[in-house]
Amino acid sequence: MDTPVIVPADVAFMLVAAALVLLMTPALAFFYGGLVRSKNALNTMMMSVAALGFVGVAWALFGYSLAFSEGSPVVGDLSKAFLAGVGLEAQGTIPQILFMAYQGTFAIITAALISGAIVERMRFFPYLVFITLWSLVVYAPIAHWVWGGGFLAKLGALDFAGGTVVHVNAATAALVAALVIGQRKDYARQAILPHNVPFVLLGAGLLWFGWFGFNAGSALAANAVASLAFVNTMLAPAATLVVWTLVDLLRSRKATAVGAATGIVVGLVAITPAAGFVSPMAALVLGAVAALPSYCALVFRARTGLDDSLDVVAAHGVGGSVGALLTGVLASKAWNGTVDGLLYGNPGQLAIQAVGVVATIAYSATASYLLLKLINLVLPLKAATKEEGLGLDVSQHGEEAYADDEGAILILQRPDASASQTARTLTAATAEGGRS
Amino acid sequence: MKLVVAVVRPEKANEVLEALFRADVQGLTISRVQGHGGETEQVETYRGTTVKMELHEKVRFEIGVSDHFVEPAVRVILAAARTGDVGDGKVFVLPVEKIYRIRTGEEDKAAVTPVQVAAAGRG
Repeated sequence: MDTPVIVPADVAFMLVAAALVLLMTPALAFFYGGLVRSKNALNTMMMSVAALGFVGVAWALFGYSLAFSEGSPVVGDLSKAFLAGVGLEAQGTIPQILFMAYQGTFAIITAALISGAIVERMRFFPYLVFITLWSLVVYAPIAHWVWGGGFLAKLGALDFAGGTVVHVNAATAALVAALVIGQRKDYARQAILPHNVPFVLLGAGLLWFGWFGFNAGSALAANAVASLAFVNTMLAPAATLVVWTLVDLLRSRKATAVGAATGIVVGLVAITPAAGFVSPMAALVLGAVAALPSYCALVFRARTGLDDSLDVVAAHGVGGSVGALLTGVLASKAWNGTVDGLLYGNPGQLAIQAVGVVATIAYSATASYLLLKLINLVLPLKAATKEEGLGLDVSQHGEEAYADDEGAILILQRPDASASQTARTLTAATAEGGRS
Repeated sequence: MKLVVAVVRPEKANEVLEALFRADVQGLTISRVQGHGGETEQVETYRGTTVKMELHEKVRFEIGVSDHFVEPAVRVILAAARTGDVGDGKVFVLPVEKIYRIRTGEEDKAAVTPVQVAAAGRG
């Protein structure tokens, strides 16, 4: 590229896109939070919310450098650690700091996605350690492979907005985490129902909204490709939603709300790698086709011993892989100006896409496994059965999602009250209450 | 005839229900209640406010049974609701003066004998 110039229109667009992608993480908190039991609602939502802080900070300190500095084809180096040299100069047509922030929002949501597989049983502190290190050791290198000039980029793998980097990667780590940590104590023994389906729909709606920033923003400019990605992000999930609902109706004569929310997310995941490469009609086909493998995976998974509690593998792993492969089939040079897929006479692209998916799964599985096992040596990953029974909101956070003030006794913490006096008040209250 | 009242942990309620059904105890009422036993205190913090939860969520089972069902019902409740920690709950067995089944006007033992069991000639 010759002298890079900052284009104000692109800056305005990317500022908004970054904010949209950041919103996806609290949206995910609602999506996941609604799907769990009320006693674990806060813990589940906190698993997403905490990523905003912990992964966000890790990204600025090291992650961005590991993903987007020169380095080797496998991983970047630490030349941009602590944002050294990341300033207002142009990266493409936007300032590099904006590019850094935009990419950071991707790292955050990717780490948060993993939590769906291990909700209702993982202790919170080891979870924080895991996602923070995971974003550096697993996410950053894979982002480098595809977007940072690494080996998949050189190979010509197409991943417009992160079908492999984000979704296949997170789902692989989720699968490994579910296996390492094990089932919830009630899994397959009791009916475990979503406690707030409206939250699930709210989350799915906000995810779709944010996803426009995720996919259209991945054009990194306010241009025609961004418009294509935007339209495809609207059409593909619509098609998935239609097919998902029809399959629901065929199977049980009932169109479910949780199914609709799931269909939307699967469609969004599937179009992610293809968004800027395929025609709008191809996006409809892609969205419709992608519904079936994920639907089957979801139904099958529920009959196995794998407690991937919120079906991260079925939605993001299967959906992301199908999307990445279909990108290799449906990509059209007439629309993207760069490369054709199988359908337009370039079967080699499908093979390259497969290499991308397999490489991501292989690395993410190995590195996530080692990371979890290492953390487990120092900090047990799984909550005690008793804590699980009580619910992780109370046992991990000391709060309840739906607190009832009946029976709550205020503990006074006046600066002048001595510690022993507070203790005496407490004992008195307990003795009084305990006599019933 | 007795009324068995059991107050158990909410997370154990499903297990108790399942155990009762397995023991052929079919007619029961449950309600969500709050209570205080001797359990260790649960401290929660919201912004600057720290509170101690003195009342704990429990589930209360009420089961009207004929005399020979009392012992099996109590036994399965004890087994299914126990964790071994303080706060597992209580089982009370109370005498009952009269029982009526609203649908048929049947009284006492006939009123607490499930229909299909009666049909099978076991009641």
